[in-house]
This record gives sequence, C-alpha cells and structure tokens, in this order.
Amino acid sequence: MTAEQFFFYAFAAMTVASAAMVITVRNPVYAVLSLVLTFVASAGLWLLLEAEFLAIALVLVYVGAVMVLFLFVVMMLDINLARLKEGFIRYLPLGVAVAVAMALMMALVVGPEHFGLERVPAPERHGPEYSNTEALGRVLYTVYVYPFEIASVILTVAIVAAIALTLRRRPHTKYQNPDEQIAVRREDRVRLVSMKPERRE
Amino acid sequence: MISLSHYLVLGAILFSLSVAGIFLNRKNMIVLLMSIELMLLSVNMNFIAFSHFLGDTAGQVFVFFILTVAAAEAAIGLAILVVLFRNRRTINVGDLDALKG
Repeated sequence: MTAEQFFFYAFAAMTVASAAMVITVRNPVYAVLSLVLTFVASAGLWLLLEAEFLAIALVLVYVGAVMVLFLFVVMMLDINLARLKEGFIRYLPLGVAVAVAMALMMALVVGPEHFGLERVPAPERHGPEYSNTEALGRVLYTVYVYPFEIASVILTVAIVAAIALTLRRRPHTKYQNPDEQIAVRREDRVRLVSMKPERRE
Repeated sequence: MISLSHYLVLGAILFSLSVAGIFLNRKNMIVLLMSIELMLLSVNMNFIAFSHFLGDTAGQVFVFFILTVAAAEAAIGLAILVVLFRNRRTINVGDLDALKG
C-alpha cells in the first residue's frame, strides 16, 4: 500500500464515519462537531488532489466561520431534544433503503469501468515550484472576474439579509442620542437659584 | 494508485448519507441545514476530483463559488432559524404550519 492509498483510505474513512455521526447523533452540538471533523478530513482529501488553496479555504471559511456560526446558534437555542428525535426509528428503514439504493446506483455509474485508471489516467504530480493559489488566482481575476464580483455582491447581500432579519428594537432598551448630547446648552442642565442668606444667631 | 472513481464513489456515499440524514432528522431544522452542507461538500469533492484528473482549474473555480454561495446560504438560513425560534419558541418542522391556512 502506497502512502497515497493509505492517506486516501484514512481520510475517506474519517469523512464517511463522521458524516454518519452527523446524521445519527442525538445532540446537535455533537452533530456540528462531527461536521467539523468531516470538513477537516475532506480538506485532507483535497490536499491529495492538489487543491491546496481550496483545502485551506475550507478549513478557514467553513470550520472557522460557518461551523462556529452553527455552533453559536445551536448553543443559543433552548430546544427540546426528545421531540426533535420523534420519527427517527420510524423512518430509519426507509432512510437507509433510499441511501443504499442511491449509493449503489451512483456507484454503478461512476464505477471503475467508467472512471478507472485505464479510462482516466492519473495526471503527473506537479513539482515543488507549482503554486495552486497562483494558478487559481490567474484564472479567477481574468477569465472569471465577473462571477468573482457577483460572488462579492452575494456575500454583501447575505450580510445585509442576516442583520436585517435578526435586528430588533426592544421597548426598554436605552439608547444614546449623540445629536441631543451635542446640542445641549448650559441652561438645560444648570439652574441658578438666588436664595436669601440664612442668618444664624 | 487512487483513481477518479474512488473519489466519485466517496462523493456518492457522502451524498447518500446526507439524503438519509434528511429522511431521519425530518423534525430538526438544524440537522436539515447541516445535511444540505454535507450535500454541497460531496458535490465539491466531485468537482475537485474531476479538476485534478482532467487538468482543468475551472472545477476549482466553481468550488470557490459554491463555497461562497453556501456560506451566504448558511448565514441567511441560520438568521431565519433564529427569528423563527424567537417568534415560535420551536424549531420543530412539524410545528411550522402557519402557512397552512
């Protein structure tokens, strides 16, 4: 067994096992953590495929941002776990049957007789001077520059939508009003009272 | 040697697992969202495998855009989830029947 095979099977087993845990564990927090493991193992597989930039982006963007967001939401919500697991046993046979049938059908289509090494030979490995980030950047900023700009617009829309959805004004929250604070005058705050001096005997 | 079909079969298994997850956790909206993320991951796996074996960076560029859209989708989906929980105190899909009429 070569090193490539060893790493492929190790990462593939980790990916499949943790993906199975995502859909079966009871606690959503554990499901999110298993999904993190799935992404990390897939990043390892992508490194084997010489997609170094995307592997790092997957770990940074997905594990670092999206999954932490998931974890935040899961821990913030106070959910009734027992009710959410209703129907798990009932739909287990159907779900497993559908999944096995789909996996078998897709495996027949993409099996070794169609996409094996004799049909699609393995490409030459790039040398140490090859930079995947540079190659990706060269096409991303020339050929795909308009889709790239659209992607940035989509991210902006996502920010605006997420903030607009979750922003709320509570009735009892106290806000500062800088306009009034700047426009305040001495007469509003200080009142001079003239009093008669009290005489002490 | 690892062939292209190894990666494609792995992607197929991941996709089937996420379909099974949608069947099994049909009440829990958070796990449904996570199953969709898993589906996108399996599709990305296929794209990168083809990109490597056919020697074309277009597949990797496509994965880049899928990651962008998936991040936006996750952010908006979770925002909707939070608003939903704030208003209804539940994320059970069975309880969300306000549009039933």
